[in-house]
Amino acid sequence: MPIVLDADRIGRSLTRIAHEILERNRSLDELALVGIRTRGVPIAKRIAAAIHDENGHDVPTGALDITLYRDDLMRHAVGPQPLVRKTEIGFSIDDKRILLVDDVLYTGRTIRAALDALIDFGRPKSIQLIVLVDRGHRELPIKADYVGKNIPTSPSQSVQVHLLEIDGRDEVEVTEP
Amino acid sequence: MKKDLLGIGDLTRDEIYLVLDTAEAMREIAERPIKKVPTLRGKTVVNLFYEPSTRTRTSFEIAEKRLSADTLNVAVAVSSVQKGETLVDTARNIEAMAPDMIVIRHASSGAPHLLSRVCKSRIINAGDGMHEHPTQALLDAFTIREHKKRIEGLKVTIVGDLLHSRVLRSNVLLLTQLGAEVWVSGPPTLVPVGIERLGVKVSSSVDEAVTDADVIMMLRIQNERMHGAFFPSVREYFNVFGMTEARVRRAKPDVIIMHPGPMNRGVEIASEVADGPYSVILEQVANGVAVRMAVLYLLAGGQEGD
Repeated sequence: MPIVLDADRIGRSLTRIAHEILERNRSLDELALVGIRTRGVPIAKRIAAAIHDENGHDVPTGALDITLYRDDLMRHAVGPQPLVRKTEIGFSIDDKRILLVDDVLYTGRTIRAALDALIDFGRPKSIQLIVLVDRGHRELPIKADYVGKNIPTSPSQSVQVHLLEIDGRDEVEVTEP
Repeated sequence: MKKDLLGIGDLTRDEIYLVLDTAEAMREIAERPIKKVPTLRGKTVVNLFYEPSTRTRTSFEIAEKRLSADTLNVAVAVSSVQKGETLVDTARNIEAMAPDMIVIRHASSGAPHLLSRVCKSRIINAGDGMHEHPTQALLDAFTIREHKKRIEGLKVTIVGDLLHSRVLRSNVLLLTQLGAEVWVSGPPTLVPVGIERLGVKVSSSVDEAVTDADVIMMLRIQNERMHGAFFPSVREYFNVFGMTEARVRRAKPDVIIMHPGPMNRGVEIASEVADGPYSVILEQVANGVAVRMAVLYLLAGGQEGD
């Protein structure tokens, strides 16, 4: 099971993304981070912390659960329903520049669901996408604005992101079936 | 989860917690500018109400609409039921139009179980006679947990018409399964024989039953189900069993007062208590929508062995 990113590389990728955000967005007041549950949430918090370390600015951060928006929910009635968790966005997203955060970008279907969910909360000025890993194989016309690392994979492989806050260690590994 | 929600008796402890946790996530949807998620898009839910109901029917309908299901209300008063159609025939006819779920309220205990046997649709019991009202017990548990952060070890006192109450049965089954200490009190004529076998403590003295209670749950005097004289007068009932401020003071200082509605003010509950600071009666109603959304969502999925 090859480890493609270790703790140090994950840390540096997120710091670099924080710098890119500062470079590309002149007005920080309009920015807000929204992490997609589960692992997008701690990544969003780390990016917020990195931005704070850089220039002392606090970017509001929220958590989005996309379960109720999934396009595969009711398609095949096999097995129990996926667990729904809380969406917590403690600020108005109207006229904000939203930075949507997820761990892995793959088919793009999660992001499609997240975009639908976000629009139900208001009308942001723009939405940009941050992912720690882009593994390719898109099924929808979706592209990330900030990428920690591009990892070429085959569809049969699986990409596993482990984060300190949830899994007790920072590591990205690619596993074979 | 099983195919249908017919009663609390069908749910395991883990399933009860799954419903409560899912409801917690659903509650936030009511605070959004757009109070709707696309989850049950294309699903049809029929609300079949054979008994008058405002709260439960509205609550189910709002829950269904917030999940984007198509809803249909069959008002029995103006339906073929008045022309003598049986429950099973009505159900088969509705089923022929391929709904995904049927929410049923019926004056006869066991009506949802009968539907469950003849219908492929998921059946949700919205109250059957004097048997069960599972979504009410789930929303009560949700409200209790929200205030007390737990259910295990709490003293919950239920007072009123125990005999005719489906809310009582569902609540007792749920609360005892989750480890609460349940006390019940009411006039001896309205205490079902053998109720202590459900694992509750019975007291004919409300004062004793409410002492040090964490939760007091009042039940409505169900005049429509009473064929006979169960107590001498409403005034006497209020004096002996009504929830007054003096009685509330015997409970714990942070007690919460619940009522499944509709309330008979001045019969089972004093207005000062119903509108008092410890009353969570309207929160129960708000939580009802989230809990029913959770039930609809969880039942819409597949089952083991499908």
